[in-house]
Amino acid sequence: MAVDHTSTLSAPTLDQALAGLDALDAAGRPAHDQLSRRLWRATWPKLVALGLILLVWQIAVWLHWKPYILQSPTTVARQLWELLGTSLFWQACWVTAQQAIIGYLLVLLVGGIVGTAVARIPVLRAGVGSLITGMQTMPSVLWYPLAIMLFGVSSTAIIMMMILGAAPAVANGFISGIDQVPPGFLRVGRMLGARGLSLERHVVLPAAFPTILGGMKQGWAFAWHALMAGEFLVLVNPLSLGGRTVNAVTQGEWAVVVAMMIVIVFIGIVVDVCFSRVDRGVRRRYGLIDQSSA
Amino acid sequence: MSLLTAGTRLAASTRPTADTHPTVEVRSAPSITLAGVSKRHGDTESGVVALQDVSLDVRPGEFVCMVGASGCGKTTLLNLIAGLDRPSVGTVTVSGAGAAISGEGVDGPVRGTTTAMLFQDSALFPWMTVAANVELPLRLRGIPKAERRSVAADLLERVHLGGFGSKRPHELSGGMRQRAALARALAQDADLLLMDEPFGALDAITRDLLHDELEALWLERRFTVLFVTHNVREAARLGDRIVLLTSRPGRVAATFPVDLARPRRIDSPEIAILAATVTDQLRSEVGRHGR
Repeated sequence: MAVDHTSTLSAPTLDQALAGLDALDAAGRPAHDQLSRRLWRATWPKLVALGLILLVWQIAVWLHWKPYILQSPTTVARQLWELLGTSLFWQACWVTAQQAIIGYLLVLLVGGIVGTAVARIPVLRAGVGSLITGMQTMPSVLWYPLAIMLFGVSSTAIIMMMILGAAPAVANGFISGIDQVPPGFLRVGRMLGARGLSLERHVVLPAAFPTILGGMKQGWAFAWHALMAGEFLVLVNPLSLGGRTVNAVTQGEWAVVVAMMIVIVFIGIVVDVCFSRVDRGVRRRYGLIDQSSA
Repeated sequence: MSLLTAGTRLAASTRPTADTHPTVEVRSAPSITLAGVSKRHGDTESGVVALQDVSLDVRPGEFVCMVGASGCGKTTLLNLIAGLDRPSVGTVTVSGAGAAISGEGVDGPVRGTTTAMLFQDSALFPWMTVAANVELPLRLRGIPKAERRSVAADLLERVHLGGFGSKRPHELSGGMRQRAALARALAQDADLLLMDEPFGALDAITRDLLHDELEALWLERRFTVLFVTHNVREAARLGDRIVLLTSRPGRVAATFPVDLARPRRIDSPEIAILAATVTDQLRSEVGRHGR
């Protein structure tokens, strides 16, 4: 029997077949859970952990461990509430936030430039590649004497501590990220006409971004450590969060000290949550996480 | 040729019919000439010889399929033609359509050529939407935003992905990604399409449909195609000519003209007969290495 093979190849058939195939491929993707459900799933373990910490704390108070220093959670909570009502507290937050933002932006700038240069220039990598990794393991406090000698008791000294303490982590993020860019992407980028800076901008940096973001997150943690250490040690501004805490220590206001520590930890957690959300968003957009768990 | 013209040309595409080829605007697609090309990986005498004394002529607008077993240097050959690598001996010439000459002295892709390359992995950039991927070559050529959006939308429509421009590559199936990669190649306004096992990872149904899609595009635009595959039937389904390469080192063992009317079906008896002939020779070539 003769079969007319070609009659089945008319345009509508190809269109319909492709459309059908696409519909089948697109079907069956899992729907996202409700927002409230996802929030609850993320929140309850944190609430349990917080409850356990408070319980241990309260037990220590009931056992009269260091009674003149250790205040009960309720006393500290009352103190914290009072603190939140004072303009001095918000001023301290603002002073520290300004320092954190300026310092962190400089950390990103220095870390980004150094990391990209080291990743791209073999001589630089051979020269300072391992030095950067070595610097990353150095506690930022170790830069304190040098910073004071160079810049005196000033905000600049703290910023220097932040840069030296945190920029290596950011630089390492850039180096690892750029090293891990799949060669296929570079080949395609060149085939599409990207060269030099346009290749960096359109292919290398976006491809490296998830790893760079990891370095930025680690850089933030180091920068925050350096800033707090700086505020505690350099004492340039008693109105900062660190300066206010040191004042409370000298005046024996132990409830204020603990309240300020809670504030500092809280800020750390908030920034970490922000980074995690951005990181997750980026990974989801890049298709790097299982969509069923996204 | 302006992109707007390219977009219009694509939108007003003609489709192949059963017994006649459509009337197409014959473009001055490039020809490829390989003369005595050898390629050794590594600098020393102990380096691996990927290609040895390969000579091949591909006519402008011809669809040539290359088949061969592992280690026949197909990917090396494509890289040489794309200008991503240079031959150790011999010359590679891509000429016509304003394309420049590539050869021993050329390092990197040749500027001014309109060569596009498709891989088994679509290599779409995951940080961009599908539409932004298609727009990228236009963006790199400095085309204004409004124009490149409109051209990209036309091209996505042409490969039946009109509604998927805002999706990310990982949200598409393998076949859809390859069609998006085809659209991106079209955005380059490519005269020469180098395809490195582009459909190798796809299921049979999707692959058959993409054969139809690619053939329709080729009949429309008449670019020169060099298509590398392990699948002999696929080569017979698509090519004007099949080039069989030997393995380790890669040499041209035989060429088979495919004198069958288009469009073709991969399951037609004529394709099966031709594929059997090529496969027999491929097997005897592969068997040589086992002795």
